[in-house]
Amino acid sequence: MNNPQLDADGRLRHLLSIEGLPKRILNQILDTAESFVGVAEREVKKVPLLRGKTVCNLFFENSTRTRTTFEIAAKRLSADVISLNVNTSSQSKGETILDTVDNLIAMHADMFVVRHSQSGAAHFIAKHVPDHIHVINAGDGRHSHPTQGLLDMFTIRKYKPDLHNLRVAIVGDVLHSRVARSEIHALTTLGVPEVRVIAPKTLLPTQVEKLGVHVFHDMKAGLKDVDVVMMLRLQNERMNGAMLPSAQEYFKTYGLTQDKLNLAKPDAIVLHPGPMNRGVEIDSSVADGSQSVILPQVTYGIAVRMAVMAMLAGGQNSGSQVGSQA
Amino acid sequence: MTSKNISLPNAEDLLKTLAQKVQPLLQANTALVGIQSGGVWLMQKLLVLLEKDIAANAIEHGTLDVSFYRDDYEKRGLKAENRPSQIPFDVENKHIILIDDVFYTGRTTRAAMNELFDYGRPASITLVALVNRGGRELPIAPQITAADLALDASQNLQLIQNQDGTLSLELQSLNFDQSQVHKHE
Repeated sequence: MNNPQLDADGRLRHLLSIEGLPKRILNQILDTAESFVGVAEREVKKVPLLRGKTVCNLFFENSTRTRTTFEIAAKRLSADVISLNVNTSSQSKGETILDTVDNLIAMHADMFVVRHSQSGAAHFIAKHVPDHIHVINAGDGRHSHPTQGLLDMFTIRKYKPDLHNLRVAIVGDVLHSRVARSEIHALTTLGVPEVRVIAPKTLLPTQVEKLGVHVFHDMKAGLKDVDVVMMLRLQNERMNGAMLPSAQEYFKTYGLTQDKLNLAKPDAIVLHPGPMNRGVEIDSSVADGSQSVILPQVTYGIAVRMAVMAMLAGGQNSGSQVGSQA
Repeated sequence: MTSKNISLPNAEDLLKTLAQKVQPLLQANTALVGIQSGGVWLMQKLLVLLEKDIAANAIEHGTLDVSFYRDDYEKRGLKAENRPSQIPFDVENKHIILIDDVFYTGRTTRAAMNELFDYGRPASITLVALVNRGGRELPIAPQITAADLALDASQNLQLIQNQDGTLSLELQSLNFDQSQVHKHE
């Protein structure tokens, strides 16, 4: 099958989903991100890699954090950045997505960061753009959110370097979560031996086991002896009908409290992609507690997004990646 | 394609020469910075040689991976492997001794200087290379070298770290297609 994410030489051309990316590429992104973490701690928090390039954030769906971190990442690579909230611009006047994209290409945009409520939107744009233009999926519908998945892997690796020896639990609204899908693919590709999902039946996709995860409906059983707890946001705005009794009821059963967290290993870490619903899927004392790595996730998210952009934008005139002469 | 050239100098001998030449430069405010990967190997060995002669505290040092500053990034992209630059001291007002293995075009030095300045304003930078192989393309040259060779553009000289930790120089001839040559790292 033709994988639009890789070029003929097996190099990253677009980042659309974790699914379909080999372990080699995932590790390269994470290793490269390692080098970018230090950039933020220097006097000048910039490197000149994307100097003269224009990165266009195309957000057809709102997301302050993701847009901001992509913007900071692009700016730290010295790119020029345009951020468009498309629902408030010409789309509301009837312009099609591809017309919007073509107009931005005519303005010499080099890279698109796309967020859309429809699954497959970034793929659609990637198929349309000419060779020298790169597309990053910043979340499409229920499908995928690859940079979130990658930054979660980066965060886990920072605290638990031996991925081959981990038990990870993903808790909450897996059904509506593109983050969960990306996390599951990333964890299994990187060789994490045991991935659990913990959720009520109504919030799990059918046949979720096929992704290689162990399913738990009971939080206490599912959290037992895990090293990493990855919370998901309860997607209120995506809920139709009676999937859940109430937020309070949900918190009682699936909200992460310190008592429940104590069932995990004593040095277990807690992740959350944000924005958090405190008191719904996670208790404030856990979110702010010593096991929480939720804010480091945000910091590492910038380095990971820098790595992705840097890998996409370079090396377009050469087939092979070689170290060059001094 | 690799042709061992017996007339190449011994890298470990050159290292000792280099240490002798660097020794007088050391002052209170000096720091060593090695450029990945050969420059870092050299720096680590220099530290051992130099610190033997110094009663004072250990010499401050760091490493640079200049991948993010190279002028051929657009053509070649990022290497599959890159290591974080680590400058664990304040660059401001330091006398930096910048160490590279083989000095050739000067482009790596240019990149390294640009990166260093993003950490702060050094008092000075002195470029030290084990070998100057000739062929510079920029108005940049090493102040200190242990050997000067005149190599043809079709030849590729590189520093190798052997299994036992010793360093040696290796000469390869590039057969027309330069893009096929992989640097050992």
